[in-house]
Amino acid sequence: MAPAKINKESTKRQSTFEKSIKRLEEIVEQLEEGSVPLENAVKLFEEGIQLSKSCLEKLNQAELKIKKISKDLDGNFSLSEENYERE
Amino acid sequence: MKMDNQIVFSVTEITRRIKSVLESEFVEIAVEGELSNVKLHSSGHLYFTLKDENAQLSGVMWRNRVNYLPFTPQDGMKVIAIGRITVYEVQGKYQLDAVHLKPLGVGELQLAFERLKRKLAEEGLFDEANKKPIPQYPQRIGIVTSPTGAVIQDIANIISRRFPAVELILYPVKVQGAGAANEIVCAIRDFNRWKIADVLIVGRGGGSLEDLWPFNEEIVARAIYASEIPIISAVGHEIDYTISDFVADLRAPTPSAAAELVVPEKTEFLENMMNFCYTAKRILQQMISNEKKRIHSILQSYALNRPVDLIKQYYQRLDGLENNIKRLIKYKFAMYNNTLNGLSQRIYALNPELVLKRGYTIIQKDSGIISRKEYLSENDKVKIKFYDGPVTAEILSKTS
Repeated sequence: MAPAKINKESTKRQSTFEKSIKRLEEIVEQLEEGSVPLENAVKLFEEGIQLSKSCLEKLNQAELKIKKISKDLDGNFSLSEENYERE
Repeated sequence: MKMDNQIVFSVTEITRRIKSVLESEFVEIAVEGELSNVKLHSSGHLYFTLKDENAQLSGVMWRNRVNYLPFTPQDGMKVIAIGRITVYEVQGKYQLDAVHLKPLGVGELQLAFERLKRKLAEEGLFDEANKKPIPQYPQRIGIVTSPTGAVIQDIANIISRRFPAVELILYPVKVQGAGAANEIVCAIRDFNRWKIADVLIVGRGGGSLEDLWPFNEEIVARAIYASEIPIISAVGHEIDYTISDFVADLRAPTPSAAAELVVPEKTEFLENMMNFCYTAKRILQQMISNEKKRIHSILQSYALNRPVDLIKQYYQRLDGLENNIKRLIKYKFAMYNNTLNGLSQRIYALNPELVLKRGYTIIQKDSGIISRKEYLSENDKVKIKFYDGPVTAEILSKTS
């Protein structure tokens, strides 16, 4: 029988986009819950707006990066930039 | 038994003779049969038996030829083995020294596919419980495919359109023929070892069953299963199903479909963010409006209006007091008035003129008013003032 695999969710790296969306979810949850005092609510809201803005900027400015792996005889890898031409 | 004119061989001699006959007779042959007892020795040499209903033939394929095999021989596969007969003298065995094996028709490959699929399914390699979730926003996407051809270009185009804020890491491999399976396995292991991708796409474009065969090999399936990085398998066209598809964490019908599955669409992502922002804004506006109402009602409440109320009360008291004072003044004034009137009447009543009018007279001597007889002497000359004028008189006597 093949050994059962453990989901290593907690050790995964989260991308900034993932973190941003999760943080936004958290902010909305906290606000909806209603126990946040007004001053903190305003701070949370501002944080959310900032997150959205930075994600928007990142996405709009982004260009796809492609790298190619080469392996040397010692088994070490190196990454070389590939020129990507959008068709 | 005639012994004199019969040649007696030693074992070695007869074996050598047999070897010579067999090896010169069967220099290049093709043998069809079913594989059994297939063993890939650690040395890299392949040992097997070819059989049919009535007979069996041992076989061996040397390491350098094994590397050229486009598929992994399995027990039960019907193949054609091409090679020559050799005699292994030490063990007194003859065998087929194969230089090539090929499946007896595509049907054989299909059967091999079914066998492996069953075997791995029984081991649990295809179980849903073992499949890892594909990360929603991967930053680095590893791609194991051929560096030439349309696959990598298609994937790049689609990802660039959908969600360009990622990095593609291409690990070029052979995707068909001998050695392809090993290269694919190496690529998957290397990505895992170096930890340089959040998700892998492993696949190739369309082709025949033989072309796609590396993705049906057991070593590839096991490498996909063992990968800690989630793997999307993307082999061939929609109708092609390979063992890799079953064992991977997600199957994409084509490499282009994999590109659609691996990243979200950027406008959709942005819409999600916008929705969160609108929701947050709405909640905040509600909170502010509630707070305004609360403050407003506090302002309206009696507690806060007390100062104004107090002031109003004071005003009223002042007004009241003012009225009182006015009243008092009036009263006092009236009183004084009365008193004054009374006094003035009395004074008036005391007016000498009035006294005179009543008949009394004022007696004056030397312009002083005489109010007692003792102030007078006989023969004094006095003025007697009557109401209707004065007369002069002389005192005759002080006794009556």
